[in-house]
Amino acid sequence: MIEGLQAQPAAAPALPATTASRARARSSARIRGVVVAGVWWVLSIGLVVVAWEAAAALHLIDPVILPPPHEFIGEIRNQAQFLMPAVGVERTGANFVALTAIVASVQRVLIGLFLAFVAGVLTGSVAFSFAIVRKLTLPTVTLLAPIAPVAWIPLAIVAFGVGDWSAIFVVFVGIYFTLTLATVKAMTNVDPVYVDAARVLGARRGQIMRHVVLPAAIPALFDLVRMNLFGAWMGVLAAEMVGVNTGLGAIVMVGRSMMNMNLTFLGMAMIGLVGYLLDAAFGLVQRRVLWWRRATEL
Amino acid sequence: MAALECRGVTKVWGESTDREVVALQDIDLVVGRGEFVVVIGPSGCGKSTLLKLLAGLETPTAGRLLHGGQVISGPEVDRSLIFQQPSLYPWLSALDNVAFGLKLRGVPRAERHRQAEEFLRQVGLREFARKHPHELSGGMQQRVAIARALCVGADTLLMDEPFAALDVQTRYQMQAFLLDIWHGTGKTAVFVTHHIDEAVYLADRVVVLTARPGRVLDSVSIDMPRPRSVVGEAFERYRALLVERLRAEVARAFQEQELVEMLDTRIK
Repeated sequence: MIEGLQAQPAAAPALPATTASRARARSSARIRGVVVAGVWWVLSIGLVVVAWEAAAALHLIDPVILPPPHEFIGEIRNQAQFLMPAVGVERTGANFVALTAIVASVQRVLIGLFLAFVAGVLTGSVAFSFAIVRKLTLPTVTLLAPIAPVAWIPLAIVAFGVGDWSAIFVVFVGIYFTLTLATVKAMTNVDPVYVDAARVLGARRGQIMRHVVLPAAIPALFDLVRMNLFGAWMGVLAAEMVGVNTGLGAIVMVGRSMMNMNLTFLGMAMIGLVGYLLDAAFGLVQRRVLWWRRATEL
Repeated sequence: MAALECRGVTKVWGESTDREVVALQDIDLVVGRGEFVVVIGPSGCGKSTLLKLLAGLETPTAGRLLHGGQVISGPEVDRSLIFQQPSLYPWLSALDNVAFGLKLRGVPRAERHRQAEEFLRQVGLREFARKHPHELSGGMQQRVAIARALCVGADTLLMDEPFAALDVQTRYQMQAFLLDIWHGTGKTAVFVTHHIDEAVYLADRVVVLTARPGRVLDSVSIDMPRPRSVVGEAFERYRALLVERLRAEVARAFQEQELVEMLDTRIK
């Protein structure tokens, strides 16, 4: 008896004794994972930066064409120049011009994606519900879907001028058709047992659509929006380069036309970083909104 | 008093195409109120089709189906079908799944949650109300599905191999649990399975269907007191009887299948 009691404490540390300690172990393992991943990020980027700086210092590359990182990142101090050809959006004090350019680009992408999502899901739902609409529209939509967002830029600029709506239109039209097709497909693929279960519970057609088919199809549509995020991002930047003369895309082009590659590289660095952050934010929202899918699919 | 009646019911899938299949032929079946009927038969004999017809999810090619004397013309909440595969909505909590039918009827949130909680308690899952289907085991999920059917006030439970995907231990538990529910409420049950043990354990009466096209081959009343023991001479006798009945049918179905395949390959 006494022996057994004494044996307990010795055995305990080997086993995860309580849920609290297990949770603690889990969260510390997660933190360690994040730190390790962070270290690799720093090493990976650091390697490129060091090589680049070294090449510039040894005069292996022309710093006018390929300015080393410390130079083009330093360019952020000279934001007043964005205002000169009016690429910055509003004069909110010279230090935040880069920020307003970022906001302008991001805003266009998000508004375009949001409108395309709403419109695509609505059109897709109608097409899914009514065979006549489906048969009349899908062939056309199928042909319009593969037109890349960038290909719509000339039309957008002619139709909407050089303002926000041009860029928003490019995003919208670039994924609206794809999303409409995807909606019809996702709704067709909804497990019939979900629909049968609803019918047995007394659901009418409209209720099945709203309470079963739509929520069941949403995850697939969210995936598609996320996959098209980079396409939309590209569309907006390209539009900003060729016509819409504000935003990050415009900054890159101003750098080119003034032969200031520092500015171009600064713009490129911001495009990369903001694009990454957008995708990461989307992933976060996806996990939050579609939490029930995490266990099985995400 | 008959709860469910089938009068000369025939169901043909893919009618007047080259893939025409007669799933059920000339089925006559009467299920009494409060009776527990188990339907068995070789696989592909149209057992599931029969349940879908009774649920009103499909319409018969010929014949009539009645529920409480009324012709079945579509799904009604008083006849609920429980599926073999998971059919809970993954985006809803267990509680909201159970309350789903009430929500469709426009019952206010607080009231439908109160009722749903009561049914979850009946199936022993009240502490799991806030959990989502992927957090529940297969057996728990089927219990939630049963609670969902009960919550809309179904007086007839149609069950399509609801325990087929469960492991043997859980299966035994679920059978006993289902009988508890059925006993307490006096509901009518039509239960499809291909497990003979399950049929003998659960049924007031076992209906044996033939291989495709499904016809009623036999109807065997299981005259054993409840709760039943799965060991013992009476159980074995019924078991042997049903096995014998089915074996001939399965062999016939098998031969037919081979013949079809042989013909198929010859045509190719």
